[in-house]
Amino acid sequence: MTRNTPILRVENITKSFGGNPILKGVNLSLNKGEIKILVGPSGGGKSTFLQCMNCLISPDSGKFWLEEKPVDIFSKKELYRYRQQVGMIFQDFNLFDHLTAMDNVTLALRKVKKMDKKAASTRAMIELSQVGLDDKTKLYPAELSGGQKQRVAIARALAMDPKVLLLDEPTSALDPDLTGEVIDVIRNLAKKGMTMVMATHQISLIRTLADEILFMEAGTVVEQGSPKGLLVPGTRSQGFCDKLNSLSGEGI
Amino acid sequence: MPESLSIIKGALPYLLHGSLITAVIVTGAMTVGLLLGLSMAVGQVYGRKSLKRVIGLYIWFFQGVPILVLLFLFYFGLFNYMGLNVSAVAAVTVVLGMTTAAYQANIFRGAILALPQGQFKAAGSLGMSDMQAILTIILPQVLRLSIPAWSNEFSIVLKDSALAFVLGAPEIMARAKFVASRTYQHLPIYIIAGLIYFVLTWAGVRALAKLEKTVRIPGYSNKGM
Amino acid sequence: MSPFFQELFEALNRGLVMSIALIIPSAVGGVLLGILTGCLRAFGDTFIRKACDTYAALFRGTPLVVQLFILYFGFPNIGIYLTPYAAAVTGFILCSGAYQSEYVRGALLSIKKNQYFAAQALGLSKFQSIFWIIIPQAMRKALPGCGNEIIYLIKYSSLAYIVTVMELTGEGKTLATEYFRFTEVFAVIGLYYLALVSLAILALKKLEKAVHIPGFGKG
Ligand SMILES: Nc1ncnc2c1ncn2[C@@H]1O[C@H](COP(=O)(O)OP(=O)(O)OP(=O)(O)O)[C@@H](O)[C@H]1O
Ligand SMILES: [Mg+2]
Repeated sequence: MTRNTPILRVENITKSFGGNPILKGVNLSLNKGEIKILVGPSGGGKSTFLQCMNCLISPDSGKFWLEEKPVDIFSKKELYRYRQQVGMIFQDFNLFDHLTAMDNVTLALRKVKKMDKKAASTRAMIELSQVGLDDKTKLYPAELSGGQKQRVAIARALAMDPKVLLLDEPTSALDPDLTGEVIDVIRNLAKKGMTMVMATHQISLIRTLADEILFMEAGTVVEQGSPKGLLVPGTRSQGFCDKLNSLSGEGI
Repeated sequence: MPESLSIIKGALPYLLHGSLITAVIVTGAMTVGLLLGLSMAVGQVYGRKSLKRVIGLYIWFFQGVPILVLLFLFYFGLFNYMGLNVSAVAAVTVVLGMTTAAYQANIFRGAILALPQGQFKAAGSLGMSDMQAILTIILPQVLRLSIPAWSNEFSIVLKDSALAFVLGAPEIMARAKFVASRTYQHLPIYIIAGLIYFVLTWAGVRALAKLEKTVRIPGYSNKGM
Repeated sequence: MSPFFQELFEALNRGLVMSIALIIPSAVGGVLLGILTGCLRAFGDTFIRKACDTYAALFRGTPLVVQLFILYFGFPNIGIYLTPYAAAVTGFILCSGAYQSEYVRGALLSIKKNQYFAAQALGLSKFQSIFWIIIPQAMRKALPGCGNEIIYLIKYSSLAYIVTVMELTGEGKTLATEYFRFTEVFAVIGLYYLALVSLAILALKKLEKAVHIPGFGKG
């Protein structure tokens, strides 16, 4: 597969809630190793779009291709297989509250990928040490800090060998002093060439990681382009980031 | 069926009259439970160790023995033994009251412990005696917090009061039994009795929910109870 | 031991066996019925949910003794004759199922939807998500309430005496009336129930501890 064939492509995703159109035909195409970042005002539809991308919310319309093969999202089997290959990181972690960090990672390996117990734990151990949690494997979510929970969630998603990772504001539910550890993990993923779509308000991530920025507002992508092209005076994205800057005090 | 309809029509006022006795029993029992339960809760939180132990024993006993057994034990046994000549209604009221007191003590104790720690000290710092602090600061807050659980207790006591007929108290159930055995219309009569209890429970719970709303103070909730 | 007490203990032990024979099937049946109706009340479609809500409201809103009377004395009016034991167990199961369903429903509804979403995102099927994520969590949340309900059931099994089942209370009442020694007899019966209830509480505490997970329930 060449770098130019999209690994994941979605077209014309629409969704409305109770008659309100929330997504008005959004397209996105991702090449291998590409990182696209969604920005935009609250309520613009970023979370809805990300959740539509793996059909946690079923879109009203839209077409899906994984490695250029069309995905029939109405076939349960095909949908489950598609979801295995598209990992998801939630804003509020969503670790399984009744399982240890280790079991959070092994559950899907065993039940979905049908790995045996030993192979699953070996794999889980690798992923958990990748995110620096080899000493916390036996703890339950209630015993972990927010940053640790999010790192377990990332390990859980990566253990499935996803082709694409969707991240919905992975750091915004964290105390400021805990965002660093999660950002480091995400940077590492980027370095290793993980393909990602991420909604975030973290300026440093936007500036350094994004291959492309998509500015979403009122259910449509109003601007898109590289950070260099987009983060120049006069664009909506730059204005938005300026506002974020003045809030966070981070330089751009 | 028309025959049974006319029987029901005839029996309804008689049954409804029984609900007055039921109301007397339940009101009495809930009052006994409130006073005794509150005192025990205060004793369990602020009392000395021996007192706590006695109250703990009381609660263990009354929560572990069935109402029916308690009714027999007190009415035919202990009250006679002590030479008390109490009516069936009074006996049921007292026994239900003592039982619900055990449960209410737990409710109130939970509420006291849920209050912010500083309340008692703050009262003390204003020069109040312990008793004054409990009566004017602690109890008003505790009572508010306890209404939902108390309402649940009310519906339990109301339903338990249907056992009063075993002592011959002339409440709803006793009357239903009387009419049913006279007319052989057991099914319709007991269904009517059930409906009367259902309406009484519903009305009582509604009224208490309303009370909770009217005495609610902003910022207060009974979360975690 | 005096002949009276010898006879008393013999009668009460007989009654105890009957009480246990009432309690165990009723507790098991009540829990199963509670799980079924609790699930339907939480996730069923509108009609089924309403029907189950009504069932629970009716059985929780009326005294157990009325329910037993309807089953035992009322049903013969429409040609259904239940033995005292069958009437008692049926009544206990229906009533306790209504209360159990309340805890099951509450536990299911308290689980955040996101837990289910997270499972779906990993590619778990609907059935797998419910079986591996929702049920283990709901079970732990419902356990204290359901256990408490079983304690209540143990005590309310004494109502079987009213529909003439000769269990603890019935055996005791017969003897007490015969000898006119109410205080001793009912004090001893009380101790029997206290023992049963205390044992059940102990067992439930053990069970709760065995399945305890940080973040669920107290502690
Ligand atoms: N389940 C739902 N039912 C009704 N409306 C919804 C639902 N989910 C989202 N919405 C609406 O859709 C709109 C877009 O929400 P979304 O969460 O996608 O925005 P967002 O861009 O992620 O915002 P934020 O930056 O605050 O996370 C909002 O107006 C929201 O109220
Ligand atoms: Mg969002």
